[in-house]
Amino acid sequence: MFKFFEPNKIFLINSKVTKYVLFLFIIVLSIGLLEALVLSPEDYKQSHSVRIMYVHVPAAWISIGIFSSIAFLSMGVFIFKNKNLSLISKSLAPSGFIFNIVALVTGAIWGIPTWGTWWAWDARITSMVILLLFYLIYLLSWRIFDNNDKAIKITSIIAIFGVINVPIIKFSVDWWTTLHQPSSINILSKTSIHSSMLIPLAIMTAAFALFSLLIFLMKYNTELIKIKNKGLDRL
Amino acid sequence: MINEILFMNGYGQYVWSAFLFTLLSFVSLFLITKLQLVKEQKKFIAKFGLLNSQKTRVAKLQNINKEILSGTSKI
Repeated sequence: MFKFFEPNKIFLINSKVTKYVLFLFIIVLSIGLLEALVLSPEDYKQSHSVRIMYVHVPAAWISIGIFSSIAFLSMGVFIFKNKNLSLISKSLAPSGFIFNIVALVTGAIWGIPTWGTWWAWDARITSMVILLLFYLIYLLSWRIFDNNDKAIKITSIIAIFGVINVPIIKFSVDWWTTLHQPSSINILSKTSIHSSMLIPLAIMTAAFALFSLLIFLMKYNTELIKIKNKGLDRL
Repeated sequence: MINEILFMNGYGQYVWSAFLFTLLSFVSLFLITKLQLVKEQKKFIAKFGLLNSQKTRVAKLQNINKEILSGTSKI
């Protein structure tokens, strides 16, 4: 199974697909922006401010999804002793971190017209801040520890420990009384969003996912070239 | 039509600032990642140039090294 995750093979594929991912991302983002800013209807209650949802929600989903993936891969590092999994995790983290910031900032902007305040220490927002801190500690740990084996162990532990926060983010709106509204989209039950808003949301989510893939491909190749640079020193 | 898109019943400032912040974050992250990639590629090419002929032959046996050398950047 791990033959698929062989760094050299991934590098060769990455070098070829990156430009196509960038091209696809620009197309999907352009359609998404047109849908989100022009074609989608305004909300009967929130009016045009609902359009912030098209950047806020996908950013939050993807930042949570990336952190969960990092934690899952980190478990793989311990179980299968495969260092390439940590390289994949390390390359995923920057886009997850940026999406987390985007979710918090756009949420704060949305809060002003909707709640009358840009910030509240409510359970959903606080748990998203905690996720941001985990991202920050994870990324800093890679920079702080010179010893690669030590860095792999510590960052994996941080990711596995941090993933406990993910279900807290998800269920915070059900467990506590929060300013943040409950989920409108649920995989197991019927969604409460009309298709005229659901389609732009899906397109923007696809665009954001393509962007994180693009950054991952570039970051992974950067990390691999760093390793190859060290390899040249040892020749 | 254009006024409606720009001002959005008074919500324009919030909507546009949220979208602009998102796009600026994307552009910044893309440029930083791209610069790091190009920097490492240049470092690799410079190091490769310093190798003697025997080491160069050994290094060129790896496809990945050839791929790095083949172009500083694909995008």
